[in-house]
Amino acid sequence: MMLITCSHCGPRAQTEFTYERTVDSVVQPDADPAQAMEQLFTRANPRGLDDELWRHTFGCRAWLVMTRHRVTHQIEAIRAVGPEALP
Amino acid sequence: MTKYSALGLLRGVFNGQSHWQPAWRDPEPKANYDVVIIGGGGHGLATAYYLASVHGIRNVAVLEKGWIGGGNTGRNTTLVRSNYRQKPLHDFFEFGLKMWEHLSDELNYNVMFSPRGALMLGHSDADMTMLAQRGDAMRVDSIDAELLSRDQVAKLEPQLDMSRDARFPIEGGLIQRRGGTARHDAVAWGYARAADRLGVDIIQKCEVTGFVQQGDTVVGVETTRGRIGAGRTAICVAGHSGHVAAMAGLTLPVESQTLQALVTEGVKPMINGVIMSQSLHCYISQSDKGGIVMGGDPDNWPSYAQRGQPMVTEGAIAQAIALVPALSRLRMLRTWGGVTDMSFDGSPIIGTTPVPNLYLNGGWCYGGFKATPASGWTYAHTLATSTPHPLNAPFDLDRFRRGDTIDENGVGPMPNHR
Ligand SMILES: [Zn+2]
Repeated sequence: MMLITCSHCGPRAQTEFTYERTVDSVVQPDADPAQAMEQLFTRANPRGLDDELWRHTFGCRAWLVMTRHRVTHQIEAIRAVGPEALP
Repeated sequence: MTKYSALGLLRGVFNGQSHWQPAWRDPEPKANYDVVIIGGGGHGLATAYYLASVHGIRNVAVLEKGWIGGGNTGRNTTLVRSNYRQKPLHDFFEFGLKMWEHLSDELNYNVMFSPRGALMLGHSDADMTMLAQRGDAMRVDSIDAELLSRDQVAKLEPQLDMSRDARFPIEGGLIQRRGGTARHDAVAWGYARAADRLGVDIIQKCEVTGFVQQGDTVVGVETTRGRIGAGRTAICVAGHSGHVAAMAGLTLPVESQTLQALVTEGVKPMINGVIMSQSLHCYISQSDKGGIVMGGDPDNWPSYAQRGQPMVTEGAIAQAIALVPALSRLRMLRTWGGVTDMSFDGSPIIGTTPVPNLYLNGGWCYGGFKATPASGWTYAHTLATSTPHPLNAPFDLDRFRRGDTIDENGVGPMPNHR
C-alpha cells in the first residue's frame, strides 16, 4: 500500500485515492482520429516510471498527476491538476 | 524418457523408487531454432507441445527468464470453464474445455482436472435475466448451461447463506457442470515433459533482453545466455507483454495490473464446486488439499510488482464471507499476486503483429489459466501456418482499430473494470 501525498491534504493512505489513467492517454477534444484511437486503446505500459492521473476521491477530490515506478511503487513526484490547482 | 504408468510405480516398490529420471532435459541453447517462444508458462509450453505434436515443428525453444510455471501459471485460482456469453469467447473456451477433458491422457501426466461444476450466483431479478441470457447463448452453441432455482443452489452448496436478509441474497444461479478446477503446476510440468520428449528445448533462467532485426523482420532474440536465432519469434509472457513488445517498437492495447488470490488452511470438504458471483466479482473453490481458494477484483492500477494491496484481498474476503459465513472461522494461509495484462476489451490477443516474423499471445486479463490448452493449440497453428486458426482469428491485434472488439463486460476502452 502506498502513502500518497495529496497537494492539499498531505500524506494520506492509498485507500482514499483512485487511479484514472495515464497522462498520455487523456484525449484532447481536438485530437485527430488516429491519435485519439492510439490514446484510447494503447498504453506505453512501461516496467518503470510513468505519469499517471489519480484522484483523491475519498478526500478532497483533487486530481493529481503522479510519477510512479511500477515495480517499486516509488513515487517520484506529485502535482495537482485542474482549476483547484490554480493559485 | 519413460512413460508414467501404474506399472512404473509398482516397479519402484522393488527399487525404492530410484529409477525416476528428470521429467525434462536442461539443454544449452542452440544457435538457431525454427521457432523461439518467449515465456515458459503454461501457454508457451502448450504452444511448443502442439507445434511439435500437431505440426511436426520440433526445432523449438521455450525461453523462460525464471523457472517454468513460476509466473501466472503458478499464481491463479485454477478455474476451468467456458461459460461466456459472446460467441468468439465461448467457442474458444469450449474448444479448450474439451481438451481439458482428455489432457491427462494426452500428456501422460495427471493434471488433476476435476469437473466439479462452475456455479454463477444470481442476486437479483436482473442478475437472473443476465444469467438466463448467458446460458441461452451457450446452449445455442451446444455448451452445457443450466439455470438453477434458489432451492437447487441451496442443495448444491449447503454452506451458502440463503437467508432472505443475507448481505447478498441469492435468487438462483447458472451452472456449467463440466467446469471445475485443475492442478496448475501439473499443467506446466505436463506440457514441459511432453514437449521435451518431442525434442523441444526448455531453457530456464534465460531472459530475453532484445530482438535481433534485419530491417523490420525479427530474426532472433538477445538473451542473458547469448544471441539465439529464430525463424519465428512468439511472445507469450502474459503480464510482461507490453514490456517485451516494446523492445520491437510495438505499443499494445494492454495495461499491466496485479491480480491477487488467497488460500485458507485446509479443512474437510465444505465447498463442492466452484462458486462465482459476477455481480460481486468473487470466486470460491476448495483445493484437493482442503484449502479454500478465493479471488476477487484486480488492483485497479498499473503494477509489475507481483504483489498487491491488502484492501483488495480484504474486499474479496468480505464478499466470500457474506456468501459463505462459515469461512469467517478459517485462517488465511497465503496470498499471492500475479501481473496480468489487462486488455482494452477484456479479451485476449493471439495472432500476428505488424512486425514480420513476430507473433503475440497475450492480453489474458485474469482469465488465462483455463485457456492454456486452446491458447497453445491456436497459437501453434498461427505460428506454423502464418494464418490464425478460425478460433483465434477474432482475437487479432487489429480489432481495436477496426472497432471490432469482443467486450464481454460491455465496459469500453478501459483496462480496469470498475
Ligand atoms: Zn486531497
